[in-house]
Amino acid sequence: MIDTSLFQLICFYAFAAVTVVAALSVITLRNSVHAVLALVLTFFSTACIWMLAEAEFLAIALIVVYVGAVMVLFLFVVMMLDIDQEKLREGFVKFLPVGLIVAVVMLLEMLGLIGVRVMHAQTMGENPATAAGLSNTAWLGMALYTQYLLPFEIAALILTVGVIAAVALTLRHRTGARKQHPSEQVAVKATDRVRIIKMAAERPAETQAAAPAQESKP
Amino acid sequence: MITLSHYIVLGAILFCISVAGLFINRKNVIVLLMAIELMLLAVNINFVAFSRFNHDVAGQVFVFFILTVAAAESAIGLAILVLLFRNRSTVNVAEIDSMKG
Repeated sequence: MIDTSLFQLICFYAFAAVTVVAALSVITLRNSVHAVLALVLTFFSTACIWMLAEAEFLAIALIVVYVGAVMVLFLFVVMMLDIDQEKLREGFVKFLPVGLIVAVVMLLEMLGLIGVRVMHAQTMGENPATAAGLSNTAWLGMALYTQYLLPFEIAALILTVGVIAAVALTLRHRTGARKQHPSEQVAVKATDRVRIIKMAAERPAETQAAAPAQESKP
Repeated sequence: MITLSHYIVLGAILFCISVAGLFINRKNVIVLLMAIELMLLAVNINFVAFSRFNHDVAGQVFVFFILTVAAAESAIGLAILVLLFRNRSTVNVAEIDSMKG
């Protein structure tokens, strides 16, 4: 029989290992489609880690919003564009040492910073949402719709601007495309279609019949 | 027992991986965008952990907003990418230098 906290710790290490390996493959995989799929795995295992932190709403939101929408958008774009993979990999080996050095130094600095803090030994304690007698979603929603209402509205505005900007950027006006204009079709008048003009007959009918014969004479 | 440092260390590792990704994939705009997404994810892990361990709802609210902004950012970024590919037929950053920056 394993202790619950020990089981949680084992789960955390498993999910964290999957996250790190998937993140590493995101930046190293040759094929962009595979990289996107690895990023999906990263998000998914991160959502599992958030579940362990009892942030259920955000975990599900991460899967729905990121895996369901943003990553699918990425996949669409990657598959739509015909990309020369080899040419894009040119600098890979050249910049590998620089990237590694920067990343490792940064990681060491961060770990040192985390190490000097004493508060990191803090354990999870009671779930604040449960302490308030609410589910995680209700707990978050309470704060979101009262204290953070204005930022929430602004976030909605940002999303709208994002949608409009994305559409406006990719909208293409094709010249020479034949398309219907229903408003013009409805508003058309008889005078626009047929024009009746009065004109005198140019020459009498008998002369017209005789004309070819005259022309062929010379 | 999972402690706060577990989460922070995981966030730090993910952040450094994405920084390394920015360096070694500096030709491919798509991977650059994905590395930025990864960076935001690392920050979000920290926010969730601090929110949970300090019993404060503000962290999770902030993650919510970061998710929103990141979604809008990637939508616009991909739109620009499509536009760029349509005009230049490449996503290579090295070849996109018409602004002479």
